[in-house]
Amino acid sequence: MDFGLTDEQEMLRKSARDFLQKELPKKLVRELDESDEGYSPDVWKKMSDLGWMGLPFPSKYGGGDGSFLDLAVLLEAMGYNVVPGPFFSTVVLGGLTVLAAGTEAQKKDILPKIAAGNLKLTLALTEASGRYDAKSVRTTATQQDGSYVINGTKLFVPDANVADYLLCVARTKAARKPENGITIFLVDAKAPGIKCTLLKTLARDKKCEVIFDNVAVPRGSIVGRLNQGWAVVEDVLEKAKVAKCAEMVGGAQAALDMAVAYAKERVQFNRPIGSFQAIQHYCANMVSDVDGSRFVTYKAAWKVSEGLPAKMDVAIAKAWTGEAYSRVTLLGHQIFGAIGFTMDHDMHLYYRRAKAGDIMFGDSAAQRALVADELGL
Amino acid sequence: MNFRFDAAQEAFYQEVDSFIRRELPSGWVESSHHWPGGYGTIPDFEELNPAAEEFRRKLGEKGWLTISWPKEYGGAGRSHIEQAIFHERLSYYRAPGPGIATLIVGPTILSFGSEESKREWLPRIARENTRFWLAYSEPAAGSDLASIQTRAVDDGDNLVINGQKTWSSAAHVSDYAWMLVRTDSTASPRKGISLIIVDNRSKGITIRPLINICGFHSFNEVFFDDVRVPKKNIIGERNLGWYYAMFALEFERLVVPIGGFKRVFEELLQWCLEVKRRGQAATSESLMRSIMAELAIEIDVAYMFFWQTAWMIDRGLPTNVEASLLKLVVTELSQKLASAAMRILGPHGELEKGAKGAPLNGRVCTGYLDCISALVGAGTSEIQRNIIASRGLGLPWSN
Repeated sequence: MDFGLTDEQEMLRKSARDFLQKELPKKLVRELDESDEGYSPDVWKKMSDLGWMGLPFPSKYGGGDGSFLDLAVLLEAMGYNVVPGPFFSTVVLGGLTVLAAGTEAQKKDILPKIAAGNLKLTLALTEASGRYDAKSVRTTATQQDGSYVINGTKLFVPDANVADYLLCVARTKAARKPENGITIFLVDAKAPGIKCTLLKTLARDKKCEVIFDNVAVPRGSIVGRLNQGWAVVEDVLEKAKVAKCAEMVGGAQAALDMAVAYAKERVQFNRPIGSFQAIQHYCANMVSDVDGSRFVTYKAAWKVSEGLPAKMDVAIAKAWTGEAYSRVTLLGHQIFGAIGFTMDHDMHLYYRRAKAGDIMFGDSAAQRALVADELGL
Repeated sequence: MNFRFDAAQEAFYQEVDSFIRRELPSGWVESSHHWPGGYGTIPDFEELNPAAEEFRRKLGEKGWLTISWPKEYGGAGRSHIEQAIFHERLSYYRAPGPGIATLIVGPTILSFGSEESKREWLPRIARENTRFWLAYSEPAAGSDLASIQTRAVDDGDNLVINGQKTWSSAAHVSDYAWMLVRTDSTASPRKGISLIIVDNRSKGITIRPLINICGFHSFNEVFFDDVRVPKKNIIGERNLGWYYAMFALEFERLVVPIGGFKRVFEELLQWCLEVKRRGQAATSESLMRSIMAELAIEIDVAYMFFWQTAWMIDRGLPTNVEASLLKLVVTELSQKLASAAMRILGPHGELEKGAKGAPLNGRVCTGYLDCISALVGAGTSEIQRNIIASRGLGLPWSN
């Protein structure tokens, strides 16, 4: 057993923290949160120059040959600094899907562009139910001549407003089992018939409604196998859950650090409030939640990274971390009191993202249902 | 990172596991009522059991009772991950294991004792046929342990002890007290305490049973009236006992019954699958699924704290905060497990051991009571949180 990071991973973590602290001050984060694009092209370019966009891709596709664990380390640092923008959608939801299921030609085309910061991608999966199961995929793609025509409405699609391409999950065949007959298409986000509406959300993350109205795509745009796309979706969802956990661990750590620093300097009744046991015990509970989340998240990340079966570990990590991050930020708010309730303060940036992170890819209750399935109940 | 045992660790895991399954008295796992995390149902604390003693003797032959001792003093020279594996497997089978003598007394004497103390005590402790009880708490010194009042005053080659200890687990089945006494009333509370070994047979000691809410005689109150103890029984330097006792806490960091949680969980899961098959569940199926999943998750989290702490000790990293975190997480889990099990079992959970049809041999009924002790014994949850906040986060100590 070895729970330590490698020297390279420690360096990555430190350099990412330093870079983000300098290039993405909270003032800019706030501005981007309130903007329609939700990211800074300037910082985006610098991140790609640092090799972040291509980190988990092989070097033959312009990537950095990093492992999934390396990506988790980077995402933890990004979560610490609440980085807005389409990195997660592009690299995790998009890039890893293409890497796992794309043809050689697709990989050679897409991945180097992602790595160079020249292409943004996302996954258009969820629909009206907001659930992440196959049954909820009602958008259809029907064959007409040599191509497919997509019709349907995708909801809560992250970063579709700035994406160049969408990976659209559609039903290509009616089947008794909802998992069968699903296909993934790579669709130009500017294709005729696509209408994207940005939705204003709790965490100001850019979630969109994307309407596909007779959108024609060539047969060659299928990613993975016809009618067998659900296995690919499940695979990428597993990675996405752990990746989201890594982000949340970083965010929870930041909320804890902020609260503890404040508890040491804020004086009431002639003493720092951190000397009161009520506050100390809040902080201790936060430590327990942050550490526990980190442990189960990295265990799941390691399993994914090693290609081991990770269903149970991923569900455990997501169930625990989603709720733990929310608990930590709630206590953080309690320690900051009224000042934390102001828009100018940073704590709410974390509080909002904690809830968004818990909900995304299935909330804790949904993850517990998966755990129960795995237990055979 | 690597979350797998390496080959040696895996081999040790298998060795310990098959040893326990081979040597543990038959029926032990089923009949033992020890609730994970509880202090009131530890079998050895109640009465001496010949079968348990025999099993412990065999553990001693393997060198596993002194697994935490350095090799040069007869220890097993194993890593802390391996020690953790040992404790995990023992607790999984609710098996008897190393006691206070080998876990606390031996290593403390090794670290701070004089040559004379080492020669006098270590050999018999290593054989584990000498039993100790912890004479720490007093009626007016619980969480504020440094405020103990039991005094030891000089009288020639002896000290004369007067006072009272309480919540004294296993005092009635032990040979010696491992005792904190005040030897200097003029110094600040922590600087006037000595650590001393007192023979239970000494004149002037009265042990009175306290019956805990499980109905077990696990602890006692013990009175000391002019008890004479040779001065050579002081361990280490006089008046430094407080620091030795705090340091000794480090020796038992990994002695948490983590495997016991897994065991009860598996037993509960078996019960769930069985009643589900028969269509006789006490709760709705969705509630049962949700409760069991929550438990599976929390046990996994607790396991990670356990392995992480062992790994950190092996790396030479400071772990006093992790030790408190581990104690906190595991004991809180003790209560969660009990209340979750009660919700799952419904009225069946109220059946005590011996009642007809009691599921899990009535373990949950007793555990629901014993889990109260988990968050109180060996430093309350609040004291653990104080330690995490002050030592871990650097917040000002609040007293």
